[in-house]
Amino acid sequence: MTRLAELRTTLAEQPWELWTRQIAAVLRMDLRKNFLSRRGIWIYLLAFAPVAIITLHVIFTFGHSEAMYRGSGNLMRGDTEILAGIFQFFYLRLGIFFGCLGIFTWLFRGEIIEKSLHYYFLAPVKREVLLLGKFVGGLVTSVTLFGLGVFASFAMMYLRFGEAGQYYVFNGPGLGQLLAYLGVTLLACIGYGAIFLALSLLFKNPIIPAILVLGWETLTPVLPSIVQRFSITYYLKQLCPVSIPGEGILALFTVVSQPVGTVAAVLGPIVLAALVLLLACKLVRKLEVSYVAE
Amino acid sequence: MSATLRDRVQATGGREGTVPKIASASAATRAQGSGQDRIILENVSKFYGEVLGVNRVNLSIPPGVTGLVGPNGSGKTTLMNLITGLIHPTEGRVSVLGISPTQPEELFRRVGYCTQFDSFPKGVTGFSFVYNTLRLHGLDDRESVRLAHEALQRVGMTEPALRKVAGYSKGMRQRIRLAQAICHHPSVLILDEPLNGLDPMARAESLELFQALGREGLHVIISSHILHELDKMSDQVILMSSGYVVAEGQIHAVRTEVKEHPMQILIRCSDPNLLASRVFAQDHVVEAKLNEDGRGVLVRTRDADAFYLLLNQLVVKDKISLETVAPADDDVNSVYQYLIGSENKTI
Repeated sequence: MTRLAELRTTLAEQPWELWTRQIAAVLRMDLRKNFLSRRGIWIYLLAFAPVAIITLHVIFTFGHSEAMYRGSGNLMRGDTEILAGIFQFFYLRLGIFFGCLGIFTWLFRGEIIEKSLHYYFLAPVKREVLLLGKFVGGLVTSVTLFGLGVFASFAMMYLRFGEAGQYYVFNGPGLGQLLAYLGVTLLACIGYGAIFLALSLLFKNPIIPAILVLGWETLTPVLPSIVQRFSITYYLKQLCPVSIPGEGILALFTVVSQPVGTVAAVLGPIVLAALVLLLACKLVRKLEVSYVAE
Repeated sequence: MSATLRDRVQATGGREGTVPKIASASAATRAQGSGQDRIILENVSKFYGEVLGVNRVNLSIPPGVTGLVGPNGSGKTTLMNLITGLIHPTEGRVSVLGISPTQPEELFRRVGYCTQFDSFPKGVTGFSFVYNTLRLHGLDDRESVRLAHEALQRVGMTEPALRKVAGYSKGMRQRIRLAQAICHHPSVLILDEPLNGLDPMARAESLELFQALGREGLHVIISSHILHELDKMSDQVILMSSGYVVAEGQIHAVRTEVKEHPMQILIRCSDPNLLASRVFAQDHVVEAKLNEDGRGVLVRTRDADAFYLLLNQLVVKDKISLETVAPADDDVNSVYQYLIGSENKTI
């Protein structure tokens, strides 16, 4: 009880208001760079490529959809599964993974390469606060891009069904599924973002470690369940609103052998990210500005 | 392997014996004193793997303008980066006005650092560069705008402030970095080659600004290759060579300690011949050379204080009337040449 009181006092004594202002300042500087940098175009492509494909699909089948829906009750279910497939195979495994790789590894590594990190380090900002500000900046960027991508994919997919699509979204399970997709997107960005941010502080070239992470995320389903808990996708797969019938090797990506409860699945990536960010805080405190060595 | 090299370098004291080490030996003792108004480095070493950055540096820097002098690769920037926490010492301890550089949140409220890195965040204007720094300090918009304008005005960058830094000349970039370093009114200002790229007018203005800041009681630490300008503004100097502090202190005191090179004093007087003959009889005078114009004598002495005393006596006794008495090599440039110049021809 005394320790709890001490902790509460310590927390109350911290300059939260100053830290909030400093994080806001980092955000103001970083968001502009994250969203408007030319080198980030490929991340936009990753986020919106499925939208473009679905849009083309809608354009080419325009005017037939409602009739097709009436003629075949399975069509919307089929499209729902296709959307689930796009989300699980493309967004989770590729789009968000590599998007976060591009965004979060660049937060510090990019500043080092462009020789501008010292401007942050020469301000009276706790390194941990700086790291958090940059992480939040990366998170806002990735969630905005991929959240919009997922939202637009979802909207495009059900737009073609007209009133039936609207009914499915607003009176059926559609809206819940959309929120679940967006929630999983957020958790994926938190989890992958933290990992890639830490990797960028550990390695000069974080691409090879990132490939190892991709391998780990892919292979953990065949490992013991306790080991699986150190994988981000282990939790995210369980939170996906539509299950995809897994057959053969694809089952690796969709089936969870020993699922945990929903709350644990939500907290899992957050706790993992928090642990990785704690490690990143230690790394950033030791980080030196020595551009010559880069 | 790396440790072996460090041990070897540290055990031998590196270059001791090749250049005189004047003041650093006693610095650690002095460092025990008042640390709240000083920049203190205690036995600080920095190695980049096998490469020596600085070794066993002991300094206690008081307020005022301090010139940091040394050839390329002597460790000046490493020393500045250590003081500001951009790099961490391999060994030893650094304290800036009692604050450790590992606490940037405290340190940079009182320290401004104008680095030599000539790079800027992409797309920034001069104004936003300074403004963003102030926002990082946690200041609100209004205060940040006010202080940014004040700093820009102080370095003469008000007019081009809204243009992008990418389009600035080297001198303008230098000045905008200076504005960023002084915008929050620091107590310690560290300037790494701040005169590089400045035109003569801007250079004169900057020198005036640094001197004014020194007079205001700030610690101003300046590294520069331009020794005569450094000489004009520095209250004390730190001479570095190959990662070692070769000498530190007030320029005159450092010069006095360089016994290998007798002090040169130029005297213009009514009877230089008589003066030359009188002073040459003294043991500490190694040379007395008449000027070509016949109105002066250049004396080289191992004991300047004794010489000045003798000069007083001669003036009274022989009724020599003095026009000027001026040390001819009591400046940063000469000290640099005597202590380092023979080993490193270029700086």
